[in-house]
Amino acid sequence: MTPLLSVHQISKSYGPHIGCVDVSFDLYPGEVMGIVGESGSGKSTLLNCLAGHIAPDTGKVVFDTRADGPRDTITMSEPERRMLGRTDWAFVHQHARDGLRMGVSAGGNVGERLMAVGQRHYGDIRGRAVDWLDRVEIDTARIDDRPTTFSGGMQQRLQIARNLVTGPRLVFMDEPTGGLDVSVQARLLDLLRGLVRDMGLSAIIVTHDLAVVRLLADRLMVMKSGRVVETGLTDQVLDDPQHAYSQLLVSSVLQV
Amino acid sequence: MIELRDVSKTFTLHNQSGTVIDVISDVSFSVAPGECVALTGASGAGKSTLMRMIYGNYLAQSGEIRIGDLDLVQAEPREVIALRREVLGYVSQFLRVVPRVPTLDVVAEPLRAVGVSAEDAQARARALLDQLNIPQRLWSLSPTTFSGGEQQRVNIARGFVHEYPAMLLDEPTASLDVANREVVLTLIEKAKARGAAIIGIFHDGAARDRVCDREIDVSRFAPGMAA
Repeated sequence: MTPLLSVHQISKSYGPHIGCVDVSFDLYPGEVMGIVGESGSGKSTLLNCLAGHIAPDTGKVVFDTRADGPRDTITMSEPERRMLGRTDWAFVHQHARDGLRMGVSAGGNVGERLMAVGQRHYGDIRGRAVDWLDRVEIDTARIDDRPTTFSGGMQQRLQIARNLVTGPRLVFMDEPTGGLDVSVQARLLDLLRGLVRDMGLSAIIVTHDLAVVRLLADRLMVMKSGRVVETGLTDQVLDDPQHAYSQLLVSSVLQV
Repeated sequence: MIELRDVSKTFTLHNQSGTVIDVISDVSFSVAPGECVALTGASGAGKSTLMRMIYGNYLAQSGEIRIGDLDLVQAEPREVIALRREVLGYVSQFLRVVPRVPTLDVVAEPLRAVGVSAEDAQARARALLDQLNIPQRLWSLSPTTFSGGEQQRVNIARGFVHEYPAMLLDEPTASLDVANREVVLTLIEKAKARGAAIIGIFHDGAARDRVCDREIDVSRFAPGMAA
């Protein structure tokens, strides 16, 4: 099987400061990978390099495109990369405000991504928007309201709807449940799990919440100071961590 | 179906002055389809450790753990996940679920994961919950608020809903009353009859004698004991 995403030796430094160093892995279709580590460990830098938001200093990010098979997204042209960002890729930001257009209605937020890939029929676009608001459990009567009138949890669900409406194959998530209260978190996790299973999505989830990765991720990558210190099956890394830092991370979780 | 060859396991506690604990060494045995094998030994002998190694959440330092055609010690995470989805079931002592998901969906999920339609999966889940005497009024609630015994029965329903060719059972009858214990033992007997290879830990001696074909004393794998 061809990996959906194949990452080779990605490094990025900010002047003398290390972002991430020499990260390599393969992600297969339908796989969900979690990246954990303390803040400053380089996980968000890595995610942004993979998603084409920042250019890494070295390395390759090879994505199995629908049309042409595996292509290095670092060296592809900017328009091609942007097209990927609108079709096969989705990026869920930690703060929904970064991923939404706050001045546009909820329906407009979902519809915009469809229009960006060439859809023009208003009725169809609105129909899809209604369908997706319903799927992420937002009352469809709110379709013409702006996200500024939504709660944090609703904004996050709207961001997910906006991202998934074009049927992406790979979703990047940066702390998708961070900043939400626990009851909303649980519902969002259940929603994400269902979507991942039903749509066969692959996802890379950056988080510092080990409970989130246990429920969502098939495999786990532990980062410290910009380097990957351990990788493996999620429950194996959490139940039987091998590296000193992973052991510290797992044993530091407070029991409820 | 399940075969272990020269398997060893140590824990290295890096944050506690690098203490190395040898848990078990040179474990070799196999379990055939339709056979149920009990792991025995005193508390701390390594029964649960060994079971978790066979499920793949503890890493073996050396040896081979074969389930069907796959060697768990060398396998990629995605191979282990496919194995757990289709071949290898595990009934642990603790129920770990996404909060707020209804019991019926929790039980039906393993079937949904292998591609069974929502209706068929739920029908089978209903039948099992009914058999395990979970009152119907609880099916639409999340099991996180259930009593210990109810949670365990939900866990068992979830473990038996898909007909796994290999199963691991960690104290499946521990906190059950007589009637439910009987139901669980019947489920185990049926799984054996359809050809599942089963490894179990049972503190309940009578249950063990009834469903297990042989016993493996884990304390004989304690380091220094072998040879």
